[in-house]
Amino acid sequence: MKIKETSVVSASGLGLTFETGDGPVRALSDVDLTIGKGEFVSFIGPSGCGKTTFLRVIADLEKPTEGTILVNGMTPEQARERRAYGYVFQAAALFPWRTIDRNVALPLEIMGVGRDEQQARIRRTMDLVNLTSFGNKYPWQLSGGMQQRASIARALAFDADLLLMDEPFGALDEIVRDHLNEQLLELWARTEKTICFVTHSIPEAVYLSTRIIVMSPRPGRVSDVIHSTLPSERPLDIRETPEFLAIAARVRDGLRAGHSYED
Amino acid sequence: MDRARDSILPVSAILAGVVAVWYVGAVLFNAPFQRDLDRRAGESPGIAEFVGRTLSQPKPTLPAPHQVASNFFENTFLRPVTSNRSLVYHSWVTLASTLLGFAFGTALGVAIAVGIVHLTTLDRSLMPWIIASQTIPILAIAPMVIVVFASIGITGIIPKALISTYLSFFPVAVGMVKGLRSPELTHLDLMHTYNASRPQTFWKLRVPASVPFLFASMKVAIAASLVGAIVGELPTGAVAGIGAKLLSGSYYSQTIDMWAALVAGSVVAALLVTLVGAAGRLVERSMGARPA
Repeated sequence: MKIKETSVVSASGLGLTFETGDGPVRALSDVDLTIGKGEFVSFIGPSGCGKTTFLRVIADLEKPTEGTILVNGMTPEQARERRAYGYVFQAAALFPWRTIDRNVALPLEIMGVGRDEQQARIRRTMDLVNLTSFGNKYPWQLSGGMQQRASIARALAFDADLLLMDEPFGALDEIVRDHLNEQLLELWARTEKTICFVTHSIPEAVYLSTRIIVMSPRPGRVSDVIHSTLPSERPLDIRETPEFLAIAARVRDGLRAGHSYED
Repeated sequence: MDRARDSILPVSAILAGVVAVWYVGAVLFNAPFQRDLDRRAGESPGIAEFVGRTLSQPKPTLPAPHQVASNFFENTFLRPVTSNRSLVYHSWVTLASTLLGFAFGTALGVAIAVGIVHLTTLDRSLMPWIIASQTIPILAIAPMVIVVFASIGITGIIPKALISTYLSFFPVAVGMVKGLRSPELTHLDLMHTYNASRPQTFWKLRVPASVPFLFASMKVAIAASLVGAIVGELPTGAVAGIGAKLLSGSYYSQTIDMWAALVAGSVVAALLVTLVGAAGRLVERSMGARPA
């Protein structure tokens, strides 16, 4: 199969089976998917549908057991070694003994970026997530939403073109989540990064994405792919438009179809 | 005010209770000998007089609290610190080998923990031996250590400190293994996504994460070090140190001296544990810990 020059992630026949004490568990099965440069792709589905596992495969945190996957035309391991992506976890996962600035500096230190360059990048990414004046605070002094923004700044600091986000706003209340969704879109427009975003909120997926991948569980597989027809300019109240609701309805149908065989 | 109610009051109440029980015990334990003395002297004192005498014997079976207190005060504050009878002098001798042994023990414990965390072979092979080492009674080991070292010409503080090391490396090793393994999976995954090397993960994640564990185990280790130093002084015919003081006290039935030396040991232990605790809080504060 010829990989297009612009594809950031391309998976074909991808499968992953975990060997557990209770026997093998198929977390992913037969996933074919190509993600192009600059896309904002959401993965949505019930828990156990393999959406997080797929993200972790891209990040080389899990090894697939079947099929192939390329990240920037390389194996995930090579891509990781070249620091091809920034990963945002569900929890902010900031180091409590480092100030916010030093947390953002962590990947830069590891990658051997010079002091002055570090300072410049910290300032730039802290501006991007609107945390400019909080650099000297420790994580516990910040709200949950601010901590998550700091962890996004940390993922952006080393300028990887691919951002992998695993339910980054799942633990936050809806008001904060709306606000962060708006900021994330803004940030995406400004940085032109490719974003893979795992969520189980339908409005969040529809609001953010250019493409929505609906997944279903046991075994985790892609059950529907929905291209968003929403404009790239998206104020929050776009969520009340018929167009938005139509896409949301399709996502919901897709989720329901994936579930139906169970009950 | 809250502090007085929450901590000083309950502690004082217990202290008062202990002192009361101690006085009763002192009267009961010293009564037989006092009755003996009185019979031989042909005296028959009243109850108040008798109780007074049981509490002021020069070599009582169980000295009364005030006897211990005055002996402790006299030998701590009223003697020149260079004097052979000064408890400050003896405490210092013990303290020196405690601190040296504690330093060795902490270094050894940390080194063992680093090895265990990084090499599965060490994890499997070393841990059982470490645990077994602590089941051997230190009183049996101490004289052998002293004798073996003396036979190769090493005497003084080093062999004593090694006994402290033997007792203090264990809590540090166990605590640090736990501490170095304490980082959350997410933090380790994060380092993996950065393609961080093992030394980078060690210095930037495992070491800072282990600091609270280090200080918690150092508190236990320094108290164990002190015990080790005192035990090391017992079988060696040491002439100075709290252990030597205890031993000579038991030779000459100087029970009051022994108890005063015990009090000195407790004071040193309390000071050391408090100091380590304070150092721990200071370090954790400088690492951004939320003030308690």
